[in-house]
Amino acid sequence: MSISWTAKVRKSTLEKLPPDQLLPDTQPKYVASWIYTFGVLTIAAFVMLVASGLILTIKGPNWWHVSHLGHFINSIHLWNVELFFAFMVIHLWGKFWMAAWRGKRFATWATGIFAFIGSIVTAFTGYLIQTNFDSQWIATQAKDSFNSTGIGAIINPLNTGQAILLHVAMLPLILGLIVVVHIILVRRKGVVTPISNDHQYMEGKF
Amino acid sequence: MFLAVLNLNHPAHFLNWGPLSISIPNLVIILVMVFLFILALMIPFPNHSQENKEGEK
Repeated sequence: MSISWTAKVRKSTLEKLPPDQLLPDTQPKYVASWIYTFGVLTIAAFVMLVASGLILTIKGPNWWHVSHLGHFINSIHLWNVELFFAFMVIHLWGKFWMAAWRGKRFATWATGIFAFIGSIVTAFTGYLIQTNFDSQWIATQAKDSFNSTGIGAIINPLNTGQAILLHVAMLPLILGLIVVVHIILVRRKGVVTPISNDHQYMEGKF
Repeated sequence: MFLAVLNLNHPAHFLNWGPLSISIPNLVIILVMVFLFILALMIPFPNHSQENKEGEK
């Protein structure tokens, strides 16, 4: 008797991502270090960015330029960008120096790189839609550099409508999806062991 | 009060070294990040010693 495709998907998902592995309640001893908190700090800043970004999207540019609450929410969005990148780069430094791609974790490392690149593109489109002199200057400079590479035929930084749609509708969704895959991979493969515990790596077998 | 001490209402100052150029605010942010990174490695995590004694986690 053949089983249905839903049962196949359920079985395969439970095999690949057992709930106790997806949501563990214990961690290896070496995870008790502040350097391991910067990944979740990055996610916390990302959640704040999405929340403040939703409010800015609903209220629009006139609101964040002229109202006190608008200024406040806009500032929350800006400072969370600063925190998001600071936490993400410290997370990157930590993972680079512990060679976190060891133990067949290349996909985890690669999705982290994609998340970093995606964040830069998202932040860039965010700078373009501030609707102030800063965004005008950035857009004109970017237009010249984009044209010099040829990509200006596809993406026009001076087209504010395109930048808004990319920043609000498309890029956060792509970035969110990459982050979800990154977290699932971390859960599936587990946190990388310290280099000193990795005998194969220490003996040059990697 | 803080803003009165640090007047931010002007273009940032830049440090120049050959072809390299960096604004003071960007340099301060990078130095703070390096400082945070070092602190994260140096400061012991709360309850770390207790968990070691328990030997469970």
